[in-house]
Amino acid sequence: MPRQRQKVMILYLAYSALDAGVKGWTLYDGTGRDHHTTGDTTEPPYATGMDALLDGWRVIQFPQLNPPYPGTEYTTSFQKNEFIFEKLEEID
Amino acid sequence: MMVDKQYLLDSRQMAEFVARGVLRFDEIVPDEINREVIAAIDGDGIASQPAGTPLSQCYPEPSPIGRMLRLPQIHGIIQSLVGPDPLFDHQAVHTRSANDVAAQGLHGDAIIDTRMHFDIQIMYFPHDVPLEMGGTLLLPGSHFRRVNEMDVARYQNFVGQMPIECKAGSMVAVHHGIWHAGRQNQTDQVRYMFKIRLNPTVRQFRLWNTHDLDGSTEPEVIYGAADPDAESIATILGRPEPWHEAADGRLEIVNRIKLWRFLTGDESYDVHYWLTRVENMPENRIASTLQKAG
Repeated sequence: MPRQRQKVMILYLAYSALDAGVKGWTLYDGTGRDHHTTGDTTEPPYATGMDALLDGWRVIQFPQLNPPYPGTEYTTSFQKNEFIFEKLEEID
Repeated sequence: MMVDKQYLLDSRQMAEFVARGVLRFDEIVPDEINREVIAAIDGDGIASQPAGTPLSQCYPEPSPIGRMLRLPQIHGIIQSLVGPDPLFDHQAVHTRSANDVAAQGLHGDAIIDTRMHFDIQIMYFPHDVPLEMGGTLLLPGSHFRRVNEMDVARYQNFVGQMPIECKAGSMVAVHHGIWHAGRQNQTDQVRYMFKIRLNPTVRQFRLWNTHDLDGSTEPEVIYGAADPDAESIATILGRPEPWHEAADGRLEIVNRIKLWRFLTGDESYDVHYWLTRVENMPENRIASTLQKAG
Protein backbone atom coordinates (compact mmCIF):
# COMPACT_ATOMS: atom_id res chain seq x y z
CA MET A 1 0.00 0.00 0.00
CA PRO A 2 1.38 3.45 -0.86
CA ARG A 3 2.96 5.18 2.09
CA GLN A 4 1.95 8.64 0.92
CA ARG A 5 -1.26 10.46 1.70
CA GLN A 6 -2.74 13.61 0.20
CA LYS A 7 -3.27 16.83 2.10
CA VAL A 8 -5.65 19.25 0.42
CA MET A 9 -5.80 22.97 1.02
CA ILE A 10 -8.31 25.33 -0.55
CA LEU A 11 -7.53 29.03 -0.50
CA TYR A 12 -10.07 31.70 -1.35
CA LEU A 13 -8.19 34.70 -2.67
CA ALA A 14 -9.03 38.37 -2.98
CA TYR A 15 -8.94 38.23 -6.77
CA SER A 16 -8.08 35.78 -9.54
CA ALA A 17 -4.28 36.07 -9.40
CA LEU A 18 -2.36 33.47 -7.42
CA ASP A 19 -0.37 36.12 -5.56
CA ALA A 20 -3.55 37.72 -4.16
CA GLY A 21 -4.26 37.77 -0.42
CA VAL A 22 -6.04 34.92 1.35
CA LYS A 23 -9.62 35.65 2.42
CA GLY A 24 -10.74 32.16 3.38
CA TRP A 25 -9.25 28.68 3.80
CA THR A 26 -10.10 25.01 4.20
CA LEU A 27 -7.83 22.05 4.96
CA TYR A 28 -8.25 18.28 4.73
CA ASP A 29 -5.44 16.06 6.01
CA GLY A 30 -5.29 12.61 4.45
CA THR A 31 -2.55 11.53 6.84
CA GLY A 32 -5.08 11.67 9.68
CA ARG A 33 -2.71 13.68 11.87
CA ASP A 34 -4.80 16.85 11.90
CA HIS A 35 -8.55 17.30 11.89
CA HIS A 36 -9.72 20.62 10.51
CA THR A 37 -13.26 21.89 10.83
CA THR A 38 -15.46 24.96 10.67
CA GLY A 39 -14.26 27.93 12.65
CA ASP A 40 -11.17 26.27 14.10
CA THR A 41 -8.62 28.98 13.28
CA THR A 42 -8.56 32.73 12.95
CA GLU A 43 -5.36 33.27 10.99
CA PRO A 44 -4.96 32.04 7.39
CA PRO A 45 -2.23 29.44 6.79
CA TYR A 46 -0.57 31.71 4.20
CA ALA A 47 -0.78 35.39 3.40
CA THR A 48 -1.13 34.75 -0.35
CA GLY A 49 -1.60 31.82 -2.69
CA MET A 50 1.94 32.33 -3.93
CA ASP A 51 3.28 31.85 -0.41
CA ALA A 52 1.72 28.38 -0.38
CA LEU A 53 3.46 27.57 -3.63
CA LEU A 54 6.78 28.70 -2.17
CA ASP A 55 6.19 26.38 0.78
CA GLY A 56 5.84 23.30 -1.39
CA TRP A 57 2.09 23.08 -2.08
CA ARG A 58 1.15 22.15 -5.65
CA VAL A 59 -1.79 23.89 -7.29
CA ILE A 60 -4.17 21.31 -8.72
CA GLN A 61 -7.04 23.60 -9.72
CA PHE A 62 -7.34 27.20 -10.80
CA PRO A 63 -10.78 28.85 -10.79
CA GLN A 64 -12.27 29.40 -14.22
CA LEU A 65 -13.14 32.94 -15.17
CA ASN A 66 -16.74 32.86 -16.31
CA PRO A 67 -18.82 35.88 -17.26
CA PRO A 68 -21.99 36.27 -15.18
CA TYR A 69 -25.17 34.86 -16.60
CA PRO A 70 -27.31 37.68 -18.04
CA GLY A 71 -29.41 39.11 -15.25
CA THR A 72 -27.02 38.08 -12.48
CA GLU A 73 -24.33 40.70 -13.07
CA TYR A 74 -24.89 42.26 -9.63
CA THR A 75 -25.59 39.04 -7.76
CA THR A 76 -23.13 37.64 -5.23
CA SER A 77 -22.93 33.99 -4.34
CA PHE A 78 -20.02 31.58 -3.83
CA GLN A 79 -16.39 32.65 -3.55
CA LYS A 80 -15.09 32.93 -7.10
CA ASN A 81 -11.36 32.75 -6.53
CA GLU A 82 -11.04 29.23 -5.19
CA PHE A 83 -7.57 27.71 -5.62
CA ILE A 84 -7.04 24.05 -4.67
CA PHE A 85 -3.62 22.84 -3.55
CA GLU A 86 -2.21 19.48 -2.59
CA LYS A 87 0.81 18.16 -0.78
CA LEU A 88 1.81 14.51 -0.46
CA GLU A 89 3.20 13.38 2.88
CA GLU A 90 4.64 10.12 4.13
CA ILE A 91 2.72 8.28 6.80
CA ASP A 92 4.30 6.22 9.56
CA MET B 1 -48.14 46.42 21.39
CA MET B 2 -45.78 49.19 20.33
CA VAL B 3 -42.61 49.73 22.29
CA ASP B 4 -41.47 53.15 23.45
CA LYS B 5 -39.41 54.96 20.82
CA GLN B 6 -36.37 55.16 23.09
CA TYR B 7 -35.89 51.39 22.73
CA LEU B 8 -35.88 51.33 18.94
CA LEU B 9 -32.68 51.03 16.94
CA ASP B 10 -31.21 54.22 15.55
CA SER B 11 -30.28 54.77 11.92
CA ARG B 12 -26.63 53.88 12.36
CA GLN B 13 -27.50 50.59 14.01
CA MET B 14 -29.92 49.93 11.17
CA ALA B 15 -27.23 50.72 8.62
CA GLU B 16 -24.92 48.29 10.41
CA PHE B 17 -27.60 45.61 10.14
CA VAL B 18 -28.01 46.33 6.44
CA ALA B 19 -24.25 46.20 5.89
CA ARG B 20 -23.35 43.22 8.07
CA GLY B 21 -26.62 41.34 8.59
CA VAL B 22 -25.69 41.09 12.27
CA LEU B 23 -26.35 43.21 15.35
CA ARG B 24 -24.79 42.11 18.61
CA PHE B 25 -25.98 43.04 22.10
CA ASP B 26 -23.83 41.92 24.99
CA GLU B 27 -25.35 41.12 28.40
CA ILE B 28 -28.74 42.57 27.43
CA VAL B 29 -30.77 39.96 29.36
CA PRO B 30 -30.69 40.04 33.18
CA ASP B 31 -29.19 37.07 35.02
CA GLU B 32 -32.50 36.24 36.68
CA ILE B 33 -34.10 35.51 33.31
CA ASN B 34 -30.98 33.69 32.09
CA ARG B 35 -31.18 31.31 35.05
CA GLU B 36 -34.90 30.74 34.51
CA VAL B 37 -34.34 29.94 30.83
CA ILE B 38 -31.61 27.42 31.65
CA ALA B 39 -33.86 25.82 34.28
CA ALA B 40 -36.68 25.58 31.74
CA ILE B 41 -34.42 23.96 29.14
CA ASP B 42 -33.12 21.49 31.72
CA GLY B 43 -36.68 20.88 32.91
CA ASP B 44 -39.70 20.47 30.65
CA GLY B 45 -38.14 22.32 27.72
CA ILE B 46 -39.39 25.38 25.87
CA ALA B 47 -42.87 24.84 24.41
CA SER B 48 -43.09 25.71 20.73
CA GLN B 49 -45.97 27.03 18.61
CA PRO B 50 -47.24 26.38 15.09
CA ALA B 51 -45.43 28.34 12.42
CA GLY B 52 -47.31 31.53 11.58
CA THR B 53 -48.59 32.19 15.10
CA PRO B 54 -48.42 35.89 16.03
CA LEU B 55 -45.45 36.32 18.37
CA SER B 56 -47.72 38.23 20.75
CA GLN B 57 -49.62 34.97 21.34
CA CYS B 58 -46.50 32.91 22.03
CA TYR B 59 -44.73 32.41 25.34
CA PRO B 60 -47.42 33.64 27.80
CA GLU B 61 -46.49 34.31 31.41
CA PRO B 62 -44.68 32.82 33.22
CA SER B 63 -42.56 31.72 30.23
CA PRO B 64 -38.95 32.89 30.77
CA ILE B 65 -38.49 33.10 26.98
CA GLY B 66 -41.54 35.37 26.91
CA ARG B 67 -40.01 37.52 29.63
CA MET B 68 -36.81 37.73 27.62
CA LEU B 69 -38.58 38.68 24.38
CA ARG B 70 -40.77 41.25 26.13
CA LEU B 71 -37.82 43.13 27.63
CA PRO B 72 -38.23 46.64 26.18
CA GLN B 73 -34.73 46.59 24.69
CA ILE B 74 -35.32 43.31 22.85
CA HIS B 75 -38.87 44.24 21.93
CA GLY B 76 -37.43 47.43 20.41
CA ILE B 77 -34.85 45.52 18.38
CA ILE B 78 -37.53 43.19 17.02
CA GLN B 79 -39.94 46.02 16.22
CA SER B 80 -37.21 48.00 14.45
CA LEU B 81 -36.38 45.10 12.17
CA VAL B 82 -39.63 43.23 11.50
CA GLY B 83 -42.36 45.48 12.87
CA PRO B 84 -44.69 45.56 15.84
CA ASP B 85 -46.50 42.24 15.37
CA PRO B 86 -44.26 39.67 13.68
CA LEU B 87 -45.09 36.03 13.24
CA PHE B 88 -43.39 33.17 15.01
CA ASP B 89 -41.63 30.99 12.41
CA HIS B 90 -39.80 28.39 14.47
CA GLN B 91 -37.58 28.03 17.51
CA ALA B 92 -34.73 25.73 18.45
CA VAL B 93 -32.69 25.06 21.55
CA HIS B 94 -29.29 24.30 20.09
CA THR B 95 -27.40 22.02 22.44
CA ARG B 96 -23.76 21.12 22.04
CA SER B 97 -22.56 18.31 24.27
CA ALA B 98 -19.44 18.62 26.41
CA ASN B 99 -16.23 17.80 24.55
CA ASP B 100 -18.00 17.66 21.21
CA VAL B 101 -15.24 18.36 18.71
CA ALA B 102 -17.46 18.08 15.65
CA ALA B 103 -18.40 21.49 14.34
CA GLN B 104 -21.39 22.10 12.15
CA GLY B 105 -20.77 22.94 8.51
CA LEU B 106 -21.25 26.56 7.52
CA HIS B 107 -24.79 27.11 6.22
CA GLY B 108 -27.69 29.45 5.74
CA ASP B 109 -30.95 28.43 7.40
CA ALA B 110 -34.07 27.20 5.58
CA ILE B 111 -33.71 27.46 1.79
CA ILE B 112 -32.38 30.03 -0.63
CA ASP B 113 -34.44 33.17 -0.04
CA THR B 114 -33.99 36.12 -2.36
CA ARG B 115 -36.59 38.50 -0.95
CA MET B 116 -35.78 42.13 -0.26
CA HIS B 117 -38.04 41.69 2.76
CA PHE B 118 -36.18 39.78 5.43
CA ASP B 119 -36.84 37.61 8.43
CA ILE B 120 -34.68 37.86 11.50
CA GLN B 121 -33.29 35.25 13.81
CA ILE B 122 -32.61 36.02 17.45
CA MET B 123 -29.77 33.95 18.87
CA TYR B 124 -29.72 34.16 22.66
CA PHE B 125 -26.94 32.82 24.87
CA PRO B 126 -28.25 32.30 28.44
CA HIS B 127 -24.86 31.42 29.95
CA ASP B 128 -21.24 32.50 29.50
CA VAL B 129 -19.71 31.18 26.30
CA PRO B 130 -15.89 31.25 26.39
CA LEU B 131 -14.07 30.75 23.09
CA GLU B 132 -13.17 27.12 23.86
CA MET B 133 -16.88 26.41 24.33
CA GLY B 134 -17.45 27.45 20.77
CA GLY B 135 -20.52 29.57 20.42
CA THR B 136 -22.15 30.13 17.09
CA LEU B 137 -19.82 31.18 14.29
CA LEU B 138 -21.26 34.01 12.20
CA LEU B 139 -19.98 35.42 8.94
CA PRO B 140 -20.98 39.09 8.90
CA GLY B 141 -21.80 40.41 5.45
CA SER B 142 -22.84 37.03 4.00
CA HIS B 143 -26.58 37.72 3.99
CA PHE B 144 -26.91 38.82 0.36
CA ARG B 145 -25.12 35.77 -1.04
CA ARG B 146 -27.43 33.60 -3.11
CA VAL B 147 -26.64 30.14 -1.86
CA ASN B 148 -28.74 27.26 -0.64
CA GLU B 149 -28.30 25.95 2.91
CA MET B 150 -25.26 23.66 3.32
CA ASP B 151 -23.84 24.39 -0.13
CA VAL B 152 -21.25 26.58 1.63
CA ALA B 153 -20.13 23.92 4.13
CA ARG B 154 -16.84 23.59 2.24
CA TYR B 155 -15.73 26.94 3.65
CA GLN B 156 -14.04 26.33 7.01
CA ASN B 157 -12.66 29.73 7.93
CA PHE B 158 -12.75 33.32 6.74
CA VAL B 159 -10.80 36.40 7.70
CA GLY B 160 -13.13 38.44 9.89
CA GLN B 161 -15.48 35.61 10.89
CA MET B 162 -17.25 36.17 14.21
CA PRO B 163 -17.24 33.38 16.79
CA ILE B 164 -19.72 34.34 19.48
CA GLU B 165 -17.69 34.44 22.67
CA CYS B 166 -19.85 36.22 25.20
CA LYS B 167 -21.15 36.65 28.71
CA ALA B 168 -24.50 35.27 29.83
CA GLY B 169 -27.50 37.16 28.53
CA SER B 170 -25.97 38.20 25.23
CA MET B 171 -27.84 37.98 21.95
CA VAL B 172 -27.46 38.65 18.27
CA ALA B 173 -30.13 39.57 15.77
CA VAL B 174 -29.28 38.32 12.30
CA HIS B 175 -30.72 38.58 8.79
CA HIS B 176 -32.18 35.28 7.56
CA GLY B 177 -29.42 34.89 4.98
CA ILE B 178 -26.46 34.99 7.37
CA TRP B 179 -24.04 32.07 7.07
CA HIS B 180 -23.37 30.47 10.44
CA ALA B 181 -22.36 27.23 12.17
CA GLY B 182 -22.20 25.74 15.64
CA ARG B 183 -18.54 25.56 16.66
CA GLN B 184 -16.79 22.82 18.62
CA ASN B 185 -17.36 22.65 22.36
CA GLN B 186 -14.01 21.81 23.93
CA THR B 187 -15.16 22.21 27.53
CA ASP B 188 -16.67 19.66 29.91
CA GLN B 189 -19.93 21.63 30.07
CA VAL B 190 -22.94 21.45 27.79
CA ARG B 191 -23.65 24.56 25.70
CA TYR B 192 -27.08 26.06 25.00
CA MET B 193 -28.24 28.61 22.50
CA PHE B 194 -31.90 29.53 22.00
CA LYS B 195 -32.88 30.62 18.52
CA ILE B 196 -36.14 32.02 17.25
CA ARG B 197 -37.05 33.11 13.71
CA LEU B 198 -39.57 35.88 13.10
CA ASN B 199 -41.41 36.97 9.93
CA PRO B 200 -42.54 40.57 9.32
CA THR B 201 -46.22 41.27 8.76
CA VAL B 202 -45.74 44.86 7.62
CA ARG B 203 -43.75 46.53 4.87
CA GLN B 204 -40.26 47.04 6.34
CA PHE B 205 -40.28 50.80 5.90
CA ARG B 206 -38.69 53.13 8.48
CA LEU B 207 -39.62 50.88 11.40
CA TRP B 208 -36.72 52.08 13.53
CA ASN B 209 -36.20 55.45 15.24
CA THR B 210 -35.50 57.63 12.21
CA HIS B 211 -35.03 60.90 14.07
CA ASP B 212 -31.35 60.83 13.12
CA LEU B 213 -31.89 59.84 9.50
CA ASP B 214 -29.95 62.19 7.31
CA GLY B 215 -32.27 63.01 4.43
CA SER B 216 -29.52 64.72 2.49
CA THR B 217 -28.97 63.45 -1.03
CA GLU B 218 -26.12 65.86 -1.69
CA PRO B 219 -23.64 64.33 -4.13
CA GLU B 220 -20.56 63.16 -2.28
CA VAL B 221 -16.97 63.61 -3.28
CA ILE B 222 -15.76 60.11 -4.10
CA TYR B 223 -12.04 60.69 -4.19
CA GLY B 224 -10.13 63.30 -2.23
CA ALA B 225 -12.90 63.91 0.26
CA ALA B 226 -11.46 65.48 3.38
CA ASP B 227 -11.87 63.52 6.60
CA PRO B 228 -15.07 61.54 5.94
CA ASP B 229 -17.31 60.92 8.91
CA ALA B 230 -16.11 57.58 10.26
CA GLU B 231 -19.59 56.64 11.42
CA SER B 232 -21.82 58.19 8.79
CA ILE B 233 -24.42 55.90 7.21
CA ALA B 234 -22.53 56.06 3.92
CA THR B 235 -19.32 54.99 5.65
CA ILE B 236 -21.06 52.10 7.42
CA LEU B 237 -22.70 50.92 4.20
CA GLY B 238 -19.47 51.30 2.24
CA ARG B 239 -17.20 49.40 4.62
CA PRO B 240 -16.25 45.98 3.20
CA GLU B 241 -15.98 42.90 5.36
CA PRO B 242 -12.41 41.55 5.65
CA TRP B 243 -13.38 38.35 3.80
CA HIS B 244 -15.01 40.04 0.84
CA GLU B 245 -13.23 39.57 -2.45
CA ALA B 246 -12.11 42.79 -4.10
CA ALA B 247 -14.66 42.77 -6.94
CA ASP B 248 -17.60 41.12 -5.20
CA GLY B 249 -17.02 43.40 -2.22
CA ARG B 250 -18.11 46.26 -4.47
CA LEU B 251 -21.24 44.37 -5.45
CA GLU B 252 -21.99 43.85 -1.76
CA ILE B 253 -22.06 47.64 -1.34
CA VAL B 254 -24.58 47.77 -4.19
CA ASN B 255 -26.68 45.13 -2.40
CA ARG B 256 -26.61 47.29 0.73
CA ILE B 257 -27.59 50.43 -1.17
CA LYS B 258 -30.58 48.62 -2.67
CA LEU B 259 -31.74 47.43 0.75
CA TRP B 260 -31.23 50.89 2.28
CA ARG B 261 -33.31 52.42 -0.52
CA PHE B 262 -36.02 49.82 0.17
CA LEU B 263 -36.03 50.51 3.90
CA THR B 264 -35.95 54.30 3.65
CA GLY B 265 -37.94 54.88 0.46
CA ASP B 266 -35.13 57.10 -0.82
CA GLU B 267 -34.70 55.78 -4.35
CA SER B 268 -31.84 58.17 -5.11
CA TYR B 269 -29.69 57.13 -2.16
CA ASP B 270 -26.19 56.09 -3.12
CA VAL B 271 -22.77 55.38 -1.68
CA HIS B 272 -19.64 56.26 -3.62
CA TYR B 273 -21.71 56.80 -6.79
CA TRP B 274 -21.86 53.01 -7.36
CA LEU B 275 -25.49 52.81 -8.46
CA THR B 276 -25.94 56.32 -9.84
CA ARG B 277 -23.22 55.63 -12.40
CA VAL B 278 -24.80 52.47 -13.79
CA GLU B 279 -28.31 53.92 -13.61
CA ASN B 280 -27.27 56.85 -15.80
CA MET B 281 -28.69 56.07 -19.24
CA PRO B 282 -29.02 59.34 -21.14
CA GLU B 283 -31.58 59.06 -23.87
CA ASN B 284 -31.68 62.66 -25.06
CA ARG B 285 -29.53 63.64 -27.98
CA ILE B 286 -27.82 66.95 -27.46
CA ALA B 287 -29.27 69.93 -29.25
CA SER B 288 -26.32 70.47 -31.61
CA THR B 289 -26.53 66.90 -32.81
CA LEU B 290 -30.19 67.35 -33.47
CA GLN B 291 -29.59 70.59 -35.35
CA LYS B 292 -26.95 68.96 -37.58
CA ALA B 293 -29.26 66.08 -38.25
CA GLY B 294 -32.10 68.48 -39.03
